[in-house]
Amino acid sequence: MTELTLVQAVNRGLAEAMRADPDVLVLGEDVGLNGGVFRATEGLYKEFGGERVIDTPLSETGIVGTAIGMALYGLKPVAEIQFLDFIYPAYDQIVSELAKMRYRSGGQFPCHVVIRTPYGGGIKGGLYHSQSSEAYFCHTPGLKVIVPSTPADAKGLLLTAIHDEDPVLFLEPKRIYRSVTGDVPDGDHRVPFGVARTVREGTDVSMFAYGAMIPPVVEAAEALARDGVSAEVIDLRSLVPLDEAAVVRSVEKTGRAVIVHEAPRFCGFGAELAALLAERALYSLKAPIARVTGYDTPFPYSLEQVYLPNTEKILAAARATVAA
Amino acid sequence: MNDSAVLSVPHESAGGALSSARFLEAYRTMVLVRALDERCLALQRQGRIGFYAPHSGQEATLVGSALALEPDDWVFPAYRELAVALVRGVPLGAIVDQLYGNARDLARGRQMPNHFAFRDQHFVSASSPIGTQITQAVGAAMAAQRRKAPIVAITYFGDGATSSNDFHAGLNFAGVFNAPVLFLCQNNQWAISLPRSRQTRSATLAEKADAYGFPGVVVDGNDLRAVYGAVRSARERAVSGLGPTLIEAQVYRFGPHSTSDDPHRYRPDAEVDAAKGHDPLHLAKQVLLGDGRLDEATDAKIWEEARAAIAAAVTSAEAVPPPDPSSLFEDVFAVVPPGLEAERQTLLGAPPPREPSR
Repeated sequence: MTELTLVQAVNRGLAEAMRADPDVLVLGEDVGLNGGVFRATEGLYKEFGGERVIDTPLSETGIVGTAIGMALYGLKPVAEIQFLDFIYPAYDQIVSELAKMRYRSGGQFPCHVVIRTPYGGGIKGGLYHSQSSEAYFCHTPGLKVIVPSTPADAKGLLLTAIHDEDPVLFLEPKRIYRSVTGDVPDGDHRVPFGVARTVREGTDVSMFAYGAMIPPVVEAAEALARDGVSAEVIDLRSLVPLDEAAVVRSVEKTGRAVIVHEAPRFCGFGAELAALLAERALYSLKAPIARVTGYDTPFPYSLEQVYLPNTEKILAAARATVAA
Repeated sequence: MNDSAVLSVPHESAGGALSSARFLEAYRTMVLVRALDERCLALQRQGRIGFYAPHSGQEATLVGSALALEPDDWVFPAYRELAVALVRGVPLGAIVDQLYGNARDLARGRQMPNHFAFRDQHFVSASSPIGTQITQAVGAAMAAQRRKAPIVAITYFGDGATSSNDFHAGLNFAGVFNAPVLFLCQNNQWAISLPRSRQTRSATLAEKADAYGFPGVVVDGNDLRAVYGAVRSARERAVSGLGPTLIEAQVYRFGPHSTSDDPHRYRPDAEVDAAKGHDPLHLAKQVLLGDGRLDEATDAKIWEEARAAIAAAVTSAEAVPPPDPSSLFEDVFAVVPPGLEAERQTLLGAPPPREPSR
């Protein structure tokens, strides 16, 4: 075990995967000499050289398109998109090409690319350094969408992603890149996809979240505990594949659900969770499902703390649900 | 325009000439795919296949370029390149099965006609979005470069694709990384209804390579030997570590963009008639007749054999049922996940599986 920040755990995972397999390489903007704008690729250029830590021209479609070609040829590229907000020039490559390559070729051309990208708000990044647009990608068959919230999961899920056979969008909560530290297993530590993590067990209300929303949800759960309310906190960590059983089981136990994400509410990932509970756990529900989300506005700059879900908003929603 | 960067390649170029035997074989393939166009347009009109994108007028470019490649090279096609697949050894039957999307189709009936994928021939799955294959070919070439494999990736696209994001990104990456990739632009003069002059103000498409720092070549795409020579030269350059080449093969699309449009709405018949004066099939035949390697009787036999082979492939394909509905859920992921398995069971009328347990 080594105590690391979340971004250090990402870095550790990349380095270990590259040491273990010469086919693993990293490409993206400023990932080489500069070590990435968040330092996620720090030291890799020095250790593995410019042929495996490739500083690309400034083009997201170029990064993902070339990564697809590399993967088809047999390499294991890990592409970095500097911010999720800048992924849209590569959207066509991701949804039209990467996600569909195996299917449209009848299984002849599997295409395993990992795309890592920091997402989410809370760093005063304004419109274009704060978005949480995971729902666009979760809606695309063929992509796996992963969001760690702890250093151990960041490394373990990243290593699983690199060794998986399917394309993976790996969303890193940049707001907690450095504010969260934790023990990370050394060596080939892998966390399976499709298995939610129970952060805290409880019996009165289930709270579902992922990524940078986990710390305020845990804070809210602690505040509820002081009031005598037992809240269960589930870190989904794998949006696709989703651990549907864990979501349903938790609500069967508690009868109440609070869903938290920083993305806008309308057609957000929470809508899928709410639909799942309506289909599979309706008779267990003792109160309406609550969603605490970003507002249905573009992500603001000056008012970002007003926009983002926080402990108070989560607590208010949970109390209302429990009181209902 | 910088003339020095845009070379016009004579047909007996440094890349070497096409041998007599291969020329005749090339002609046979050109006849086969011309006959296939004729047959498939009729099959679509009769409702027997759903769609078709013809390549008539582009046969010399398709066959000549494919002959200049090696088996280990990788092809990133658009949707007008079935002749390239044939030259690389894909059986005619596999192509016709794809047009029908039947249970024998290697791509399992997943795509519209003309969107082929043939793993064994390194013929990468084609898609409909324009230009997306260009950056992918560059990536494969970069990977081959890293593995030190003496191969090239070639990507095919049309004049319209030169306006796409991926054309710019792909050529730019290829230049920066000196990737062993060939960009073969089939300038067939029309992107559905829009003429070449409305895609760019550049005098040629080839000269765009100048801005990316590597050679651009204009070649008469109706001339089998010229195309072969240009692609062979570019290939030698690439495997020698000298980097990419953009080849603009100037051709003319005789037919519609696809069975879904009527070219009479946007271009004059006189233009098509004039282009047909340079029919690549006719030009190749004249060369063979002039050399005494072909006579009219043999030519008639070549056409007859082509039509018979197509008829046999069509009859065979039509006897194969569509893919099993159960296959709908496969190949989305490497392993069918529980959620998709539940959808499959629902479709098949079975009771939904029990909650997946861990």
